[in-house]
Amino acid sequence: MSIKGTAYIAGIYEHPTRLAKDLSLAQIHAEVAKGALEDAGLTKDDVDGYFCAGDAPGLGPMSMVEYMGLRPRHVDATDTGGSSYVLHVGHAAQAIAAGKCKVALITLAGRPRAEGMATGTVPRSRGGTPTPDEPFEFPYGPTVVNMYAMCATRHMYEFGTTSEQLAWIKVAASHHAQHNPHALLRDVVTVEDVVKSPMIADPLHRLDCCVITDGGGAIVVVAPEIAKSLKRPKVKLLGAAEFVKTQMGGKVDLTYSGARVTGTATFEEAGVKPSDIKYVSIYDSFTITVLMQLEDLGFAEKGKGGKLVADGNLIAGVGKLPFNTDGGGLCSNHPGNRGGLTKVLEAVRQLRGEAHPAVQVKNCDLALAHGTGGSLGLRHGSATVILERE
Amino acid sequence: MAAQETKQRKLPAPTVSAEAQAYWDAANQGKLLVKKCLACGEFHHYPRPLCPFCFSDKTEWIEASGKGTIYAFSVMRRAPVPYAMAYVTLAEGPRMVTNIVDCDFDKLKCEQPVKVVFKPTEGGPLLPMFTPA
Ligand SMILES: [Zn+2]
Repeated sequence: MSIKGTAYIAGIYEHPTRLAKDLSLAQIHAEVAKGALEDAGLTKDDVDGYFCAGDAPGLGPMSMVEYMGLRPRHVDATDTGGSSYVLHVGHAAQAIAAGKCKVALITLAGRPRAEGMATGTVPRSRGGTPTPDEPFEFPYGPTVVNMYAMCATRHMYEFGTTSEQLAWIKVAASHHAQHNPHALLRDVVTVEDVVKSPMIADPLHRLDCCVITDGGGAIVVVAPEIAKSLKRPKVKLLGAAEFVKTQMGGKVDLTYSGARVTGTATFEEAGVKPSDIKYVSIYDSFTITVLMQLEDLGFAEKGKGGKLVADGNLIAGVGKLPFNTDGGGLCSNHPGNRGGLTKVLEAVRQLRGEAHPAVQVKNCDLALAHGTGGSLGLRHGSATVILERE
Repeated sequence: MAAQETKQRKLPAPTVSAEAQAYWDAANQGKLLVKKCLACGEFHHYPRPLCPFCFSDKTEWIEASGKGTIYAFSVMRRAPVPYAMAYVTLAEGPRMVTNIVDCDFDKLKCEQPVKVVFKPTEGGPLLPMFTPA
């Protein structure tokens, strides 16, 4: 069964905070839920499906269901890191199509800044029972940034990709972030600024990295008859797919991501092709993440991503493929180190015509959002959705 | 030897599980083991009792040659003691997460030949790493 057209995104909300010292984690989840339901014109009593990931306090969905006073008949706490919430949109549509719920609420919240959490440059052990891979990795010092950096090293070696090409991705995000009053970094940067910023883990510089922020967001996915009854513009889900890419028993290939699988499947389900897409939200933990996903989703041939992203081609109103017009994780927001949910939010704003006028894509009727969670260089979850304005 | 290797980097001990006991025992004797499947003939890493390719439970330990090439690397500059994270392609086939040590990090290249060396961890078994061959 296809989920094409079986669900609509009716409500979205992004928490304006980027530093949540005075908010609890549960409170942020509840505030974004309230915001997205009000955006849709629904109440919490309409919610009969609840989706969250590992950022939610407590075991799976239970604590948040109680805290918010929900009574869902369908719950899903699938955690694929930052890609979870893109995956949840697809799962919500499946549940709606199967008659298991009609109003699905997805929430994300995090406060790594307030909690003084270890950043992307410190190796992190999960604690507790180690994962089977941990003894063979953790002692070597894998961090968020150096494992993504290795993908960049190999991409440069195989395809001749340059630091300047990667820098263009940050430059484009910064051009967009200047118009977002909530963005953490609002200064426009140049290619030179990026390549001259301090080296963190070769070949990634400080400005190749995303921001670390507190905050969160929520999405309300509804059945067609509910969408019809609401006053908001109708954003229809055309396709969704998920995948987990691994080290494959040692047959490691860092030149591509799971987007190769999810992109193909999502475009097939949606019945559209990359050249039809007017706007893309692409997971941007690092510049290399964006470049690889754009290739893997079919926006450029493998190895030609550097050319695609250079010279402002990702800047709204300037280039052919406007991306992350809210400033993305590179400049605006990466709540709880999980950037997938905000990718869906900006895609919905673009389709509704509610993006900032300076970055609103004209006649934006078809958009793609993609998430990558975990570590691109170790193992990661991928999820893609294609959305249409009806 | 480059100056960046003179400061001592402390390596956390790996958690040794029963299924990988032989791997760490061998490492302590300066031997690198890889798992080979008796059913499909494939080598894999990290080692598992069940082959991740065909799910056969007939797997055996093979002593690797210790030779390989750098598949990818990244020098972690933002660390108390900079270090080179890497994937090395073993001569036997599998690619493993490791570090490149005892060398000038600025001269590292993809596909460069390397050989295994073993480094002490804090209270745990020796850890296989690689150095330019
Ligand atoms: Zn096998």
